[in-house]
Amino acid sequence: MSTVLLQATGLVAGWQGPATAPLDFTLENGRILGLTGPNGVGKTTVLSALAGRARVFSGSLEMRPGLRLALQTQDVPPVDGLPLCGRELLALTDASPDGLPPWLAGRLDLRLDRLSGGQRHYLALWAILRAPADLVLLDEPTNNLDAAGVAHLAGALRARVADGSSIVLVSHDHDFVAQVCDQVAVLREVHDVV
Amino acid sequence: MWSDLFLLPFLTGLCLALILPVLGCFLRLRDEWLAALAYAHVAAAGALLALVGGALPALGGMVAAALAGAGKRLFARRLAGGAAFALLLLGGWAVAVLLAANQPLAERLGHALFDGQLYFSGGAQLALVAPWAVFAGLALLLLSRHLLLARVYPDYFQARHLRAWPVVLGFDLIAALTLALATMTMGVMGGFTLIFIPAWIAFRRAGSWRRGLMMAMLIGVIGYAASFFLALWLDQPFGPVLALLLIALGLVIA
Repeated sequence: MSTVLLQATGLVAGWQGPATAPLDFTLENGRILGLTGPNGVGKTTVLSALAGRARVFSGSLEMRPGLRLALQTQDVPPVDGLPLCGRELLALTDASPDGLPPWLAGRLDLRLDRLSGGQRHYLALWAILRAPADLVLLDEPTNNLDAAGVAHLAGALRARVADGSSIVLVSHDHDFVAQVCDQVAVLREVHDVV
Repeated sequence: MWSDLFLLPFLTGLCLALILPVLGCFLRLRDEWLAALAYAHVAAAGALLALVGGALPALGGMVAAALAGAGKRLFARRLAGGAAFALLLLGGWAVAVLLAANQPLAERLGHALFDGQLYFSGGAQLALVAPWAVFAGLALLLLSRHLLLARVYPDYFQARHLRAWPVVLGFDLIAALTLALATMTMGVMGGFTLIFIPAWIAFRRAGSWRRGLMMAMLIGVIGYAASFFLALWLDQPFGPVLALLLIALGLVIA
């Protein structure tokens, strides 16, 4: 049964002041919404507003009460010099290692700072993607991934929403968005709507 | 050798050698290893103030450290970037030195606290340190996941509406009180040595967080026991022997 998790009407988000053009979308459970648009239009700011970090200046943002969020930002987890292995990272967010790609599944017992940048990024992303949550928010998840990583991620996103949770992802990769998203919201430049 | 004269100080220090390296790992995780020196100096100043005021030095040290641990949150915005710990360290040191310079009683205790003499600990000290070490260990175990999560995924922590302040305040109080007890027992630098060096080696060498905690604890206990007997045999103050031994160990295996 479809349930509305998230509804934005004329949503304008920002930090110190309004930074995005008004945006409308509705997201039901089991679906993936892609937020796209040119650099600087505020895609990450909208995602931050959904996570409760940025402010909503006008319009409305309604979320289903009790919604459990998981948020992946573009910041790399600070694991250099930290004796933390992949299995422990996943345990922190209660994420299951089931379904990890073979090139990562065998490296779960290595320290994160011994992994390559791409492996580390994918594992950090996986810890959020597979965390128990109703709504997963991902910011540029394909960054630092090679073609094999992007292909595996596409399958993992579809598998994630198959259990009824939903995903909002920000990406500048139009092909990836077209491939995995059920719906797309394109942000416009602020001056285009003034 | 195993009379109460040596057994009680040994057991008191052993409890601290178990908990301080673990606490050191969490302080290092939070980039707060300077806190160990700060709380130790504040505790030393508090103990001297209490002595001059006619109160129990141990009580004074613990109250001063606890106030510093909880109170630094009030100035968090002004004292970002570790400034709080530097100011606490300098303030604690200044008060302790001034008291020691002007009060003969404080001068004697001040020497003991800064020289790192372990052998004056008695049954009362052990009765305080042993249960505290157990409590602090269990509390760190409970806080461990949130402390790691807040460090690795601060945004996730916020998005899940997990409240950071009880975790941070709880950790600050545990760190401050453990350091206060360590300072009263083995001196400022003895406690700092067990906080800093085992955690530093573990962070460089351990393959996982769990193994890191175990490695730090093992290094702390072995280094402590070896230093205790070496200092006794050589008739030297315990703190400097511990520091030199662990520095040598660290340079070899880190």
